[in-house]
Amino acid sequence: MIAQAQLNNRIDTTNDMPVIQLSHVYKSFGSNRVLQDFTFDLKKGENVVVLGKSGSGKSVLIKCIIGLIKPDSGTINVLGQNIPDLNHSQLDKIRAKVGFLFQSNALYDSMTVRENLEFPLRRHRANMTTNQIDELVREALNSVGLEHTVDMTPSELSGGMKKRIALARTLILKPEIILYDEPTTGLDPITGKEISNLMCELAKKYNTSSIVISHDLNCVKIVADKIVMLIDGKCYAQGSYEDLQTSDDEKIKLFFK
Amino acid sequence: MKSKFLQNFLSETGDISRFTARFFAEAFRPRYELSEFLKQCFFIGYKSLPLVAITAFIMGLVITIQSRPTLVEFGAEAWLPKMVSVSLVREIAPVITALICAGKVGSGIGAELGSMKVTEQIDAMEVSGTNPFKYLVATRVLAATLTIPILVVLADAVSLYGGYLGANIHGVVSWDLFWNQVFDTLAFSDIIPSILKTFFFGFAIGIIGCYKGYNSNKGTEGVGRSANSAVVISSLLVFILDLLAVQIIDLLKLT
Ligand SMILES: Nc1ncnc2c1ncn2[C@@H]1O[C@H](COP(=O)(O)OP(=O)(O)OP(=O)(O)O)[C@@H](O)[C@H]1O
Ligand SMILES: [Mg+2]
Repeated sequence: MIAQAQLNNRIDTTNDMPVIQLSHVYKSFGSNRVLQDFTFDLKKGENVVVLGKSGSGKSVLIKCIIGLIKPDSGTINVLGQNIPDLNHSQLDKIRAKVGFLFQSNALYDSMTVRENLEFPLRRHRANMTTNQIDELVREALNSVGLEHTVDMTPSELSGGMKKRIALARTLILKPEIILYDEPTTGLDPITGKEISNLMCELAKKYNTSSIVISHDLNCVKIVADKIVMLIDGKCYAQGSYEDLQTSDDEKIKLFFK
Repeated sequence: MKSKFLQNFLSETGDISRFTARFFAEAFRPRYELSEFLKQCFFIGYKSLPLVAITAFIMGLVITIQSRPTLVEFGAEAWLPKMVSVSLVREIAPVITALICAGKVGSGIGAELGSMKVTEQIDAMEVSGTNPFKYLVATRVLAATLTIPILVVLADAVSLYGGYLGANIHGVVSWDLFWNQVFDTLAFSDIIPSILKTFFFGFAIGIIGCYKGYNSNKGTEGVGRSANSAVVISSLLVFILDLLAVQIIDLLKLT
């Protein structure tokens, strides 16, 4: 989309308003400073990949966006509302529009796959009929190719299947913004590619915006409109895949070997 | 060393109190998670029933057999049903049932919530527009508070039946005579306080199990530790509450 390198620069928002806007976000756990002055925008319809070392705070970053972790300071503006200021019911309204894929899948062990997928629907869309719910469950499972697992429990699924069910559960609400925490980790290259393509398709079809955390360069190549490097708690650099790949910065080079 | 222990103890007590306060602040406001509550009642009540029944039966039987020789010595064998029924209904059935539930229910809740916590399922609920404290904690604590007294009433009945069989091993006590004696002896002042205290046992078991599970961390190892300490603390609390209950009943001259 935007060709020129924009290291350490804010991207100019010419046409549309950002759906997520973080400015000067700080978060530390005790003496462990995780996010330090993190500033970044996500525009509508854009897929941004966050790259960073293990333990650099990528998961903490997107948990701050959904309001699971409260930042120490800074503003996190999602769809026009500052997340740290919201109360429970206001947060729920935002969360109905934001999908979140957990790194550890977080499927409910005590429920079947069907109940897992129904859970967010019954919670966020209280007035849906059973028929509508069934239809959406079938559609979501179909999109990840796992229709036959509908009556199984998560313990009967393989790691990769769990990941795909978790993805289906994230997508079932047709969110406007999706936050993916390592969507292709633990999948074989073929399924990984399918999932990456699915993510792109969704973004185009419903004009969703997404933040993707991934170490999988194949996935990054397919999905990323823009890449953000999270180094030392900051938005160290951002730009397209090619920009960053050809960068001379030592810290960035390490990721593209 | 000692001050560290004291400090841990006090901070844990403070945390549990805050957790309990949060329960009262959140549990009785809508939205009510009725279906989850009923499911938990079923799990806690129905699944513990066989274990509680067997233990109560055996306790009734052996207490009767063990008490007999002493009474025979004083020529008071006819008092056997009276004595046994009082000790069973007032102390043994409630405490044994509560201990079994502390083991079974307390560890179950601790491990379940603990593993939900470390695998981010609790976070996932929160993201799905559910207050996990209400959905998971409030329902389980209420279910434990309400079903454990019911289990105790059943345990009372089963242990008295065990007592009847025990009384018939050596002597002969007819069915009618046994139950006549039992109900002559037992007054509401025996039954009501002993059931009232079990609500507190149930509450303690539920809240400690939930507290330990909900606050567990450090991976799968933490889950085991949550379940373990849930059982230890809630068993101890059952005894402490029992002691308090006996003192209060005594002070109020209800005996
Ligand atoms: N709840 C928490 N309490 C204390 N420290 C935490 C907590 N969550 C994360 N951290 C710390 O924050 C840092 C960043 O963690 P985070 O999970 O965001 O890493 P990550 O970038 O997602 O790594 P990975 O790629 O391995 O998933 C780590 O040092 C971790 O120890
Ligand atoms: Mg992570």
